[in-house]
Amino acid sequence: MAAKSEHMLTVDDLATVRTGDKGDTLILGVIAREGAQFSVLSRAVTEEAVAHHFGLPVSRVRRCLLPRLNAMSFELKGMLGRGVTGVSHLDGHGKTLSYHLLTMQLKH
Amino acid sequence: MGIVKAQDLGSTAREADPPEPGTVRIGSGAGFAGDRLDPALELAQLGHLDFLVFELLGERTVANAQKARLNDPSAGYDPTLLDRIRLTAPHCSANGTRIITNGGAANPLTAGRAVAGLLDDMGIDMPVAVVIGDDVLDQVLATDPLRWEDSQPAASSEPRLASANAYLGASGIRRALDEGARIVITGRVADPSLYVGPLSHSFSWSDDDSDHIGQATVIGHLLECGGQVTGGYFADPMTKPVAGLDRLGFPYADVSPSGDAVIGKLAGTGGAVTVRTCTEQLLYEVADPGAYVTPDVVADFTGTVLREVGSDRIAVTGGKGVAAPVELKVTLGYLGGWEAEGQITYAGPRALLRAQLAADIVVRRLERIHGYRESELSVEFIGAGASFRGLSDVADPPEVRLRVAGAAQSRRRASAIGAEVEALYTNGPAGGGGARTSVRESLSVKSCSLPRALTKVSVIHADELTDHEEASDGREV
Repeated sequence: MAAKSEHMLTVDDLATVRTGDKGDTLILGVIAREGAQFSVLSRAVTEEAVAHHFGLPVSRVRRCLLPRLNAMSFELKGMLGRGVTGVSHLDGHGKTLSYHLLTMQLKH
Repeated sequence: MGIVKAQDLGSTAREADPPEPGTVRIGSGAGFAGDRLDPALELAQLGHLDFLVFELLGERTVANAQKARLNDPSAGYDPTLLDRIRLTAPHCSANGTRIITNGGAANPLTAGRAVAGLLDDMGIDMPVAVVIGDDVLDQVLATDPLRWEDSQPAASSEPRLASANAYLGASGIRRALDEGARIVITGRVADPSLYVGPLSHSFSWSDDDSDHIGQATVIGHLLECGGQVTGGYFADPMTKPVAGLDRLGFPYADVSPSGDAVIGKLAGTGGAVTVRTCTEQLLYEVADPGAYVTPDVVADFTGTVLREVGSDRIAVTGGKGVAAPVELKVTLGYLGGWEAEGQITYAGPRALLRAQLAADIVVRRLERIHGYRESELSVEFIGAGASFRGLSDVADPPEVRLRVAGAAQSRRRASAIGAEVEALYTNGPAGGGGARTSVRESLSVKSCSLPRALTKVSVIHADELTDHEEASDGREV
């Protein structure tokens, strides 16, 4: 891992994230803490950046912008797959994964 | 046995002001089957509610309930339902509050009879009605539609299809209320529809009034998970501190005839209702905020406006919608095989190394002695990045819990997984503690679509419930 810059902002500094799930799709709601930060977030938290952070191809990630709510929502298709055995992870719903997005560094 | 009051349980909730004339107040008494009981008591006693909703079904819950019903024909409805009714019905009866619940689960008729019997015993006069028609196993067996997940036929694939429940909309609930029911019990109904039904009934919104139904769906979506919108699932001690979570109040909405609503909670309860708690809940589990599909409407959340209008009071406006799809979503439950797991903890120096060695021992023995393939087993190191699925591993964690899980056709073979983990106690590596094992019957859940025309929603009132015994229980399953 590259040396982490002390000054590098993470999503946690500017936003809160809510996890939901539908089948094997992970759904992440990203909400700016302050309205003024929404434009920074929307430039930095892109489909490409989120796909990379979750180890998915970009084609499996879809973003929807909700400027009236200073928020955006992401669908990560196949993120919660159970694999060939059908045996689920301990957190099969991916409830904890909102906090993985919060650790993503913002490059802008 | 006297009537239980909120203060008997140490509640500090204060009585709400009654809603404005013409406004309907609808509250959430539960957001899932495992939810707390006391917040609903607070709302029933002190909330001046017109409607109290208990949402008690998840995707897996209804399939699990079908499994319970297969084992015992008198089971299959939510095991907490009678406790919830016992606690709240005396207050609801006194305060003119009607109750809506999907706690009928896989056996709504039996649930309806049980609730009616309980109310008789308690001397409470609240007419019960049951909405049926969500059980579409016969239709799925007959038409064998393709599953969404793998495009395989729903009925003729392995393992055996045990249940099929369509997500019904609000129409049955509305009809039951129109016909005078004061407690409405359903099986699988879409969660927001539990709220859309009472609102459509109150304001005489027609099924094709898509904008009002869309706004009602926004309101239902905000309320359906109970304490999630009052700051529960929201809270973070650093970035989003919320006071009083041990006495978290549940939400209600004051809805005007235009559909505009204000979300609130009782004063004196813990939690918070803010623009931020409501925004998070609005986006929760919504794949496409511009097209949230329910059996009632395709709702558009993108124009929703949230505005603070008082302490713990957030106005919600701007939800819209277009006509609902002609097909209904069906949850398919498949039974077959067993799932098992074992867990054990290692702590201190080299905790992860010892947990990795333990995993290696267990996997090798399960392969050699019990015939498992490594790919059939799931190995997680809890505390070392398991939750993030290897995306962000932790170097040298102070404490690691090994979890080995897998599935097998026989209970005996599945049990070997936990047994091999537990055997690490004496067979090493050093310092393993707190081993726990579990085995349960596998239940996998998939989805398909079914034309709405193949479903028939019926409302059965309490005095007709016995007549339906034959019809409901007559099918061989």
